Amino acid sequence: MGNVPCAVKHCLSYQQLLREHLWIGDAAAGALEPAQESAQLSGFPEYVKIVEVGPRDGLQNEKVIVPTDIKIEFINQLSQTGLSVIEVTSFVSSRWIPQVAAGATEVSVFGAASESFSKKNINCSIEESMKKFEEVVKSARHMNIPARGYVSCALGCPYEGNITLQKVTEVSKRLYGMGCYEISLGDTIGVGTPGSMKKMLESVMKEIPPRALAVHCHDTYGQALANILTALQMGINVVDSAVSGLGGCPYAKGASGNVATEDLIYMLNGLGVNTGVNLYKVMEAGDFICKAVNKTTNSKVAQASFNA
Amino acid sequence: MATVRKVLPQRLVGLVTVPANIVPTPVKIKLIDMLSKAGLPVVEATSFVSPKWVPQMADHAEVLKGIQKFPGINYPVLTPNFKGFQAAVAARAKEVAIFGAASDLQRFDEILKAAQAANISVRGYVSCVLGCPYKGKISLAKVAEVTKKLYSMGCYEISLGDTIGVGTPGAMKDILSAVLHEVPVTALAVHCHDTYGQALANTLTALQMGVSVVDSSVAGLGGCPYAQGASGNLATKDLVYMLAGLGIHTGVNLQKLLGAGAFICQALNRRTNSKVAQATSEL
Repeated sequence: MGNVPCAVKHCLSYQQLLREHLWIGDAAAGALEPAQESAQLSGFPEYVKIVEVGPRDGLQNEKVIVPTDIKIEFINQLSQTGLSVIEVTSFVSSRWIPQVAAGATEVSVFGAASESFSKKNINCSIEESMKKFEEVVKSARHMNIPARGYVSCALGCPYEGNITLQKVTEVSKRLYGMGCYEISLGDTIGVGTPGSMKKMLESVMKEIPPRALAVHCHDTYGQALANILTALQMGINVVDSAVSGLGGCPYAKGASGNVATEDLIYMLNGLGVNTGVNLYKVMEAGDFICKAVNKTTNSKVAQASFNA
Repeated sequence: MATVRKVLPQRLVGLVTVPANIVPTPVKIKLIDMLSKAGLPVVEATSFVSPKWVPQMADHAEVLKGIQKFPGINYPVLTPNFKGFQAAVAARAKEVAIFGAASDLQRFDEILKAAQAANISVRGYVSCVLGCPYKGKISLAKVAEVTKKLYSMGCYEISLGDTIGVGTPGAMKDILSAVLHEVPVTALAVHCHDTYGQALANTLTALQMGVSVVDSSVAGLGGCPYAQGASGNLATKDLVYMLAGLGIHTGVNLQKLLGAGAFICQALNRRTNSKVAQATSEL
């Protein structure tokens, strides 16, 4: 480590330091001692639901193809952490019946606020995609299966650049209207900043109540946590993230993608927001999957803790 | 609504914690010149510390004399003691910076009096405001007390540092609320470390509370000496990206800044810590 004064070597071990701090919480209990009063006074939600997209969104965008037994072990580990929603896998074909046969308890439909992105990603226009989604969501609801809607490029598109607020609002409203219980607004290429997040949410919240909204922020430009913080301050209380920040950005080589679940939980713990999730266990699951796919974690919390 | 914000100090003490190779003086000088050309209004150039303690800064006088001094840009230097201060004055420093801890404020009295007499500005740093690697949590009252003392002794600005990066937005809000009872917001700056990925969120919180001076480091240089492998300083590019998105004026040219970051990373043979640089590099 170079010229580190010897006094540093006598400082508190990082593990001890973190256990004593509010921000990690009690490893055994799993959830934080609710400092909900202060969370509420500061304008933050009392509870935030974390939607873990690592096993699906994360692994889908990693170069290494992960063997099935490793995926299963990974998901099993995540199931022990307290996470209430773990996005497991995706059936990209429009024939979604196999998902139900495989025991799916929830389906997701992926819309986009950009025509170019929609065409390049799912090979049809926004309007055409909405018609298909309507069928899927209708049938799902018939079988009492909830459907979640995703809106990609909510803060910018890799092909079109800026996306109008009206378009994001229109697509979100359409998905909500057809019966999606929740709409996850995605900053697909991570270009958003707190200002654009605020404007976009203000627009969408005119049509959809905040309790039916989630944010899916990418950390490509390091803005994810700041954007999530802004969303929370506006009343959003569902956030998508991926353990270890799995999943690079397919549009910018070498860039990072999903925000790391560990870093998100760290921030929420520090804010006194309850998540029900045990940060230590998430870190362990992250360590496991990173070793399995032979990559370094994208989580700063993990980097600081495992190398100490 | 675009608000004109003031300065963005660029902290180069990040170069101190880079292990192994000592950066050659001409490389340091070139980096500082590139940062000046990128439009940063304050570039902390070097530290007048004994080479025995920090050999990476042994060339302090040479660096300060060798850099181009652009009009309108400040080049403060760290002075850990009076001897360092005298050396800095001899090297024609116009601004110095001191690190304040609760116990040793008295020794800075000498520096502050001499600086005032010589018309040299003094900036104060308070470390560990959101957590200490030795003591754990630090009381809000203590931080406010030290900050107030430095301000009353003559520091024109106090930079509050989350030295080990453990802070989160709630804690940042609490510490600023406590300090703002004693010191006006115009005299405050924040220095957030990104060890736990919280730096930008913490900085945003500080901005929301009226702070308009933020410390950062090109390419996020400077690891954390307390946690091997962990990151340290907030990367200037990522900060500028956020501020630009918020419509906050900084006067910084992001392209030129990226150039400076690429230059120093190549010279140090290491990868940038800036996400913006990673996303925009042509790898």
